[in-house]
Amino acid sequence: MSHWPVGIYKTNYSSDEAIFHTKFVKSWVILFLVFLIVLPLIANDYILYVSNLIGISIIGAIGMNILTGFTGLISLGHAAFIGIGAYTSAILSTKLGVPFFIALPAAGLISAISGMIIGIPSLRVKGLYLLIATLAFQIIFEYFLFHSTPLTGGPQGIGIKSATLFGISFSSEGSFFYLNLVMVVLSLLFAKNLFRTNIGRSFIAIRDRDIAAEIVGINVFKTKLIAFGLSSFYAGITGSLWAYHVNSISPEHFPLWLSIRYIAMIIIGGLGSIIGSVFGAIFVIVIPEILSVFASFVDINPGILSSLQQMVFGILIIVFLIVEPDGLAELWKRIKEYWKLWPYSY
Amino acid sequence: MDYFLQLFSTGIIIGGLYAMIALGFVLIFKATGVLNFAQGPMVVMGAFIAWTSVALWKIPFFLAILLTFLLVVIFAFLVERIVLRPLIGRSIIATIMLTLGLYYILEGGIHILWGSDVRIFPTVFPKITLFLGPVIIPTTHFWGFVGGILSVIFFALFFRFSRIGIAMRAVAENQQAAMSMGVSVKKIIRISWAISAIVAAVGGVLFANISGLSPRMSEIGLMMFPVVILGGLDSVPGAIVGAFLIGIIENMAGGTSIHLLAGGPKMFYLLLY
Repeated sequence: MSHWPVGIYKTNYSSDEAIFHTKFVKSWVILFLVFLIVLPLIANDYILYVSNLIGISIIGAIGMNILTGFTGLISLGHAAFIGIGAYTSAILSTKLGVPFFIALPAAGLISAISGMIIGIPSLRVKGLYLLIATLAFQIIFEYFLFHSTPLTGGPQGIGIKSATLFGISFSSEGSFFYLNLVMVVLSLLFAKNLFRTNIGRSFIAIRDRDIAAEIVGINVFKTKLIAFGLSSFYAGITGSLWAYHVNSISPEHFPLWLSIRYIAMIIIGGLGSIIGSVFGAIFVIVIPEILSVFASFVDINPGILSSLQQMVFGILIIVFLIVEPDGLAELWKRIKEYWKLWPYSY
Repeated sequence: MDYFLQLFSTGIIIGGLYAMIALGFVLIFKATGVLNFAQGPMVVMGAFIAWTSVALWKIPFFLAILLTFLLVVIFAFLVERIVLRPLIGRSIIATIMLTLGLYYILEGGIHILWGSDVRIFPTVFPKITLFLGPVIIPTTHFWGFVGGILSVIFFALFFRFSRIGIAMRAVAENQQAAMSMGVSVKKIIRISWAISAIVAAVGGVLFANISGLSPRMSEIGLMMFPVVILGGLDSVPGAIVGAFLIGIIENMAGGTSIHLLAGGPKMFYLLLY
């Protein structure tokens, strides 16, 4: 735990466990929220577009972090679960006319169930081998998407109309931003609270020493399944929001590369840290955009741009792993610590 | 029937190549416990360097191969030093992400340096076309197979009988015991990477001879997973057997997605038992 500023003392458990501890932090959070609410009125469409991507990715990154950062289960199948969510919403909405506010949670639910099914082998396999099993699932999923045309539209995918809720259609970047904002805030609050509860802490226990966790009385298998389920639920929501955002999904939206991007997000952001998921998502989304802007100034052949992005991405991952293994969250924490004690911070 | 036999024989040949590349992969895994995702791009890189030497710089083939080996080994040393050293003892996800990062750097770099056109490897092998009954084996396939088998045999003997080979097996088995016996584990790990890179390069060159040179060759890296899972992640003979099996299955089934699909359930199956 870090130091509290002078004059703050906790007199009961609930205040000790509060998410926002000081008035200082609370006021900044409120200011930030106000800023976000005002953003669509002042920003252009491109910035809103990127912000929407960031918002969607934050939800996905939180899901990934729940599974890998907090529970220690490594999975390369995240993109598949996102895809399941996206396609579920798309199919429900276009073929069955299901409205948005049902299609969204349904997507989460179906993804969660798939996640739990895929999680069943996690009883027998650990670490590396679980990774490879999830890799296998990801590949099977891609193949399935491409080849089951009647259900999923094959290589062309499915088109989906924008979300409508209470009669408002969220089809512009600005309107979608608000929807996104609500979803992100909900996801963040839920996740943050999750790790103050029993279940959340048992996830962490499994990550640290699963045999010890079993001894202490945690039903490791059941808890792992719940972790898979929750993580995939988040992935499903991510996919569903994605589908409503881009209005047309196809198998190429959910490749292995996407799973790896999410792992990169949580590693760069910080494994086992909710705010880390936010930082990581922002970082991973913004860097390629910055590169594109940079490339348009420096006049690089566009064919090279994506390869350059790949290279930069790889270099960044390696740099982060070597230099700051606990990610941006750790960096942020250190900066805060420094300023908390300034000028006595050495 | 003839068609089947043809597919079968091609499968065996491709299997030989896979065996070589899987060997490199298993080597690194056995010595260091690291899953080298970057093995695929290393194959492509080796092939491209060799191609550049032969086609652009007009170096005679034998020298070109030596040059390729040199460059590839330097690369392996660099990787081992800069990237892997800090990661000793870190969690497995860190090392995996590291090789993944390497994968993207190589993929992007190869694309930038050499573009995405398919190139033909200039003919460097003497022309031999075998006719085994109804089955035709063209030059490139023949030499690919010969190269693959020779490499595998060479390495088998190397591991069996040479000092370094035995030391490598010791390190792969138990690092601490090897250290207490006086084996320099760091040196052995470096050598493992170097050999893996060389094997990748040879595999790349042979493969490029068969099917042309393009950055898409790194799909071969993804192919490694069914192969080594089938054979067992840390078993050299297993990798060889797995390679041949996958080679045959892939060719008989025809088409890229099918073999990946076959790999998938196979992985599941194997992992559960």
